[in-house]
Amino acid sequence: MKAFLALEDGTLFTGRSFGATGEQWGEVVFNTGMTGYQEILTDPSYCGQIVVMTYPLIGNYGINRDDFEAKKSFIKGFVVKEACGHPSNWRAGYRIGDFLAREGVPGISGVDTRALTRHLRSYGTMRGVIATGAVDTAQLVEKAKTCPYLSGQKLVADVAVKESYTIEGQGPRVILIDLGSKQNIIRKLKERDCAVIVVPPDITPGQIDQLAPDGVLISNGPGDPVDVPVTISTTRFIIGKYPLFGICLGNQVMALALGAKTYKMKFGHRGANHPVKDLRTGRVYITSHNHGFSVDEESLKGLDIEISHINLNDNTVEGIRHKHLPLFAVQYHPEASPGPQESDYIFDKFMDMMRGEGQ
Amino acid sequence: MPVKKGIKKVLVVGSGPIIIGQAAEFDYAGTQACRSLREEGLEVVLINSNPATIMTDANMADRIYIEPITPEFVTRIIEKEKPDGFLPSLGGQVGLNMALQLSELGVLEKYNVQLLGTPLDAIKRAEDRELFKSTMQRINEPVPESVIVCSVEEAVVFAKQIGFPLVVRPAYTLGGTGGGMVYNMDELVSTCTKGLKASIIHQALIERSLVGWKEIEFEVMRDSANNCITICSMENIDSMGVHTGDSVVVAPAQTLSDREYQMLRTAALKIIRALGVEGGCNVQYALDPNSYAYYVIEVNPRVSRSSALASKATGYPIAKVASKIAIGLNLDEIKNAVTGKTYACFEPSIDYTVIKFPRWPFDKFAMADRSLGTQMKATGEVMSIDRTLEGALLKAIRSLEIGVPGLIYPGLAELSQEEIEQKLTQPSDERLFVLAEALRRGMLFDHVFNLTKIDRFFIQKIYNVVQLENHLHRGCRTSLSAELLRKAKEMGMADAYLAQAVGIAANEVRALRKGYGIEPVYKMVDTCAAEFEAVTPYYYSCYDTEDEAKPTNNRKVVVVGGGPIRIGQGIEFDYCSVHSVWALKEMGYEAIIINNNPETVSTDFDTADRLYFEPLLPEDVINILEKEKPAGVIVQFGGQTPINLAEHIDKAGFNILGSSLDSIDRAEDRERFDDLVSRLDIPRPPGGTAFSLVHAEEIAGNIGFPVLVRPSYVLGGRAMEIVDNIDDLRNYMATAVKLTPEHPVLVDKYFLGEEIEVDAIADGETVLIPGIMKHVERAGVHSGDSIAVYPAYHLDRTVQEQIVDYTTKLALELDVRGMINIQYVLYNGQIYVIEVNPRASRTVPYMSKVTGIPMINLATKIIMGQKLKDLGYQGGLYPEGKLVGVKAPVFSFAKLLQVDISLGPEMKSTGEVLGVDASYPVALYKALLGSGVVFQRQGNILVTVADKDKEEMLPIIKGFSSLGYNIFATTGTACYLEKHGVTVTRVNKVREGSPDIADLLRQGDIHLVINTLTRGKAPERDGFVIRRAAVELAVPCLTSLDTARAILEVLGDIKEGPDFPLVPLQEYGTGY
Repeated sequence: MKAFLALEDGTLFTGRSFGATGEQWGEVVFNTGMTGYQEILTDPSYCGQIVVMTYPLIGNYGINRDDFEAKKSFIKGFVVKEACGHPSNWRAGYRIGDFLAREGVPGISGVDTRALTRHLRSYGTMRGVIATGAVDTAQLVEKAKTCPYLSGQKLVADVAVKESYTIEGQGPRVILIDLGSKQNIIRKLKERDCAVIVVPPDITPGQIDQLAPDGVLISNGPGDPVDVPVTISTTRFIIGKYPLFGICLGNQVMALALGAKTYKMKFGHRGANHPVKDLRTGRVYITSHNHGFSVDEESLKGLDIEISHINLNDNTVEGIRHKHLPLFAVQYHPEASPGPQESDYIFDKFMDMMRGEGQ
Repeated sequence: MPVKKGIKKVLVVGSGPIIIGQAAEFDYAGTQACRSLREEGLEVVLINSNPATIMTDANMADRIYIEPITPEFVTRIIEKEKPDGFLPSLGGQVGLNMALQLSELGVLEKYNVQLLGTPLDAIKRAEDRELFKSTMQRINEPVPESVIVCSVEEAVVFAKQIGFPLVVRPAYTLGGTGGGMVYNMDELVSTCTKGLKASIIHQALIERSLVGWKEIEFEVMRDSANNCITICSMENIDSMGVHTGDSVVVAPAQTLSDREYQMLRTAALKIIRALGVEGGCNVQYALDPNSYAYYVIEVNPRVSRSSALASKATGYPIAKVASKIAIGLNLDEIKNAVTGKTYACFEPSIDYTVIKFPRWPFDKFAMADRSLGTQMKATGEVMSIDRTLEGALLKAIRSLEIGVPGLIYPGLAELSQEEIEQKLTQPSDERLFVLAEALRRGMLFDHVFNLTKIDRFFIQKIYNVVQLENHLHRGCRTSLSAELLRKAKEMGMADAYLAQAVGIAANEVRALRKGYGIEPVYKMVDTCAAEFEAVTPYYYSCYDTEDEAKPTNNRKVVVVGGGPIRIGQGIEFDYCSVHSVWALKEMGYEAIIINNNPETVSTDFDTADRLYFEPLLPEDVINILEKEKPAGVIVQFGGQTPINLAEHIDKAGFNILGSSLDSIDRAEDRERFDDLVSRLDIPRPPGGTAFSLVHAEEIAGNIGFPVLVRPSYVLGGRAMEIVDNIDDLRNYMATAVKLTPEHPVLVDKYFLGEEIEVDAIADGETVLIPGIMKHVERAGVHSGDSIAVYPAYHLDRTVQEQIVDYTTKLALELDVRGMINIQYVLYNGQIYVIEVNPRASRTVPYMSKVTGIPMINLATKIIMGQKLKDLGYQGGLYPEGKLVGVKAPVFSFAKLLQVDISLGPEMKSTGEVLGVDASYPVALYKALLGSGVVFQRQGNILVTVADKDKEEMLPIIKGFSSLGYNIFATTGTACYLEKHGVTVTRVNKVREGSPDIADLLRQGDIHLVINTLTRGKAPERDGFVIRRAAVELAVPCLTSLDTARAILEVLGDIKEGPDFPLVPLQEYGTGY
């Protein structure tokens, strides 16, 4: 069956359908990771987005039981050059196409993904519609033009937990404010024997006090950070009160709570090869990224915040630290999954901070 | 951080001659290193004995020494040049060994030279087996368990601890025999017993066998600030057990989930940090296909063949960056040459797949053992890029130039089921084709997997192609529908492959395809999967939608490169291609290069204005020409590969620049060539073209034996033989060639005369002869395997004048524009022409360097219409300089079992070295030393020669004897020598009773072997056994009395501890 991807600027890509059939709209973004599609498909931060993989052979090692970052996939569509119908890996349980079908995600293969990526790189991330079967392509373009922008969609509510739950542990008590957390953040805390209390984004400062945590971690999540005002204001209340650590959207939320600004990037960072420099040690780490928004460096001036990490490719802010209070955050993904594991030390820093060390 | 303090002058060491396992990749690495260091304002001194390299070009370093890479010579250079730093890690294993030796000798300390790049202890930690093992154990990285045993009992104890399967590898055995895989105690005991017996030192290594595990490699870089990045992952399609240099490799790894990938990446970073490598390094793993278990197999603490591949596969210039790290820069301080904006500290992401396919010399060595294992046998490799894996694989296969356009391999369809299964079990150069044949016959994936241990993912990819083949019906052109054709092209199937499957002509497929509007597009290799705008003009074709390689409106010229390195077509042709590109750029043309060899300088993205990494076949090349519409195409610098394309290019309506297609044909076509020389009144050995056996016998009868027989259109003397009698001729005609009307056999009188070779440059009016070379070995030894001397010594003035006259006439008559190479034989005072090639030859780099004439630069300018006179050159023989340049061949026989090392008309060498000095013996000494000959000042020489050679041998052996060498000989030779007053120790021939020749060799009692063979392919087993034993025990073995005479001359002339002057290349012209 044929499938189409129409962009809001009228560009149309034709390919073959795989996965679910039907029509979906979303923001079209590309990811340059060569492995890790299963983690990407189940990363809640991609909610509302149609993801293009730049590596042409996707699905080679199938879908397995272990590498899920969430119980389901929140992405709107998946675009590849070639979807592997015959995966080969000892852990492979399913084909990628079957997985997408089960999750209701339409996929399109046979697309010149490099052409599409170059287009997005040149003109920026844009809205698009993915559809399968016999469709009116002019109408698809029209839909792409009129569908909602990513900003304003309040996607966090779709992916975050509704009810708190606790994972037992003998170590520090960590509140994880779930804006769409990847499972690996929880795994990283569990590895360190933390007691993790996963709470919804609308938790109040009072509720946090009642839980008496040793530290609070604000997770990654989808969409524009300004669309989670409740969490931003909650964060404002707990700054300085508890050691605070933010990842990705959590980083942006903290920056906004501290009075800084965020902006939408032209096409964002999505991949597993971004060089990030830790400005304190001078060491460069290759890191996993998935963000379309960034903290505005200018807006940090005059605040009690220093930039702890920058991206060597475009010098954007990749990490912030409060000059006096126990608070730091990173824009990239120290939990990896997918991507390089070398930023694991960031979790150790959080542990140190909760023990009152390091700052 | 700035460049290290106190470093102003750096000595870089090259890797020396091309041998199997150490090829052109180090010219690429060394060239990048020299440039990279000079970019930082450093003065660079270089030593490399290999003249056929770009790195030894005058403009590459401030001082270049083409001298033997031995501790003595390097020390002398250090004494003379007083460098501040020494950079060994770009010169392969030769470079690392030099670093270790010089430091042990205390040379670096004495002259206060800083070792740059990876520190010595890090090199030792990676190279020393025990140190490596303990380092890995310290950081909890698993290495395969192993033990060295001297008895079967020890092996049994080890097996009880570790379990099975195990590999038994006896140390130092002849022919690599005696070892193997064992699956149980009984097999262990029996194999180990045999192995220990076969081992010269009665020792064997017992190791856990990882056969069937995935072989994964990572290229890693680290700077002195401890920043680490991985450049590329690679997966070997052949599982563990086949040397990675002999494996088909795909990049990036295909069958690893992110979890497995990151596990190995993390380990690679841990390893490079624990070792303390500063620069590039390669980590090889064995990964269990059924769990997360893995072992670290090997670490190369230097730039390697894999790094050249990773560089070309990703666009990331590893050697360049490694050099900058060596002088103290950090990854985040080095600009990324690809984007021009970002830094070198990132990991490439690629949006295509890359295949590396090895090029083996089995087409030249019919007797060689084709099975693949732990000893590398490939001489070169090709790389290909496509958006599909099938596409990359098929492009790679046709790039090999083995006459196979796809997966249909001659002879396989006739094999029985048992033969197919057997061939699947044993890795060989043909196995992938056998796999395709098995799938064609319906063999189940599981069964294929069980026999080959090749991952089902790759089996599926090959099956996809086979399945498409099934949709094509013989003789049914309509089976090639637009849809099917597009699918086939997306899978990389060549027009010729489709034509073969359907049974029509390739140009019909092409016409059909064009009719459907199915054309390739070209995409850029940019290291970043299009995330950033890149400035690399590096492209590959694919059948996708968007074309990124928009042609410019500049005046442009295409240079067709030489493809994979193979015997007969080596790095020399890359040297020529690169120089042509440079000359074109100098003239203001846009230079476009097409090539597929990842090891070379020509495929560096900043060599030409545009690089197309593509197969060198008519379809692929013409597609590019149609797109670029160049002013013309240069085919005379890439060896025989572009020459073979000339007709196709011409027919497609493109302009062959330089000597015309007709000139090429007149030189290559026997009849036309005969007309030519008889018109010019130039003698050539009598002979004829035979279309049948009877005809061949008739010709031989007329001209008399011995005769030289060969197929028409040859490369590097393939299937060429000297035959002495009618029986041998019949035997040759029956076995060595397939006679067809298109491919007759040439039968020529063979003259045992002196061989003289000339390279000339012609512009239609003037013919410049940079120099005349004479070969040490007489005709009958392939020119590529001969020692060549310039200026030609002991050559009569009249002979010299005659050669100049003939060369000038031939070049003018053939209307050569550019390069021409002519070989002559001088027999009984008469000069005969034996071969004319209207293209650059393998001696061009050597002659360019020794004479100082920029031959390719001039030739390219002439090709583009300039005249020698305007370029400041006159016709005739260029005045000889004061220096003698001797080029000596280098062989890789130790790696190729079952190959006879005796020299003959078929080329066997893989590389070459140069020795330069004012005196001939010293130049020869340097060349021989550089080629690996160890001169023993005293010792035992074993002589066993054919009857016909005895008379000639006598003065040579007398000479050795009078120098104090002990002569050992077998009965026949001994009798003759004794009769003529030479004291000889008699030795038993093989099987005449112990100790025989082989025993003496094994005991290390013989230091040089002189053995000539009784001509003809008759068994002659003794000679073969002696020669193989010598080569495997690393005892020099001379099979030509001419070489023996030359060595005698050297030994006689060169006094103990001589103080030879070192001549930098920059001073060749001045006569120093």
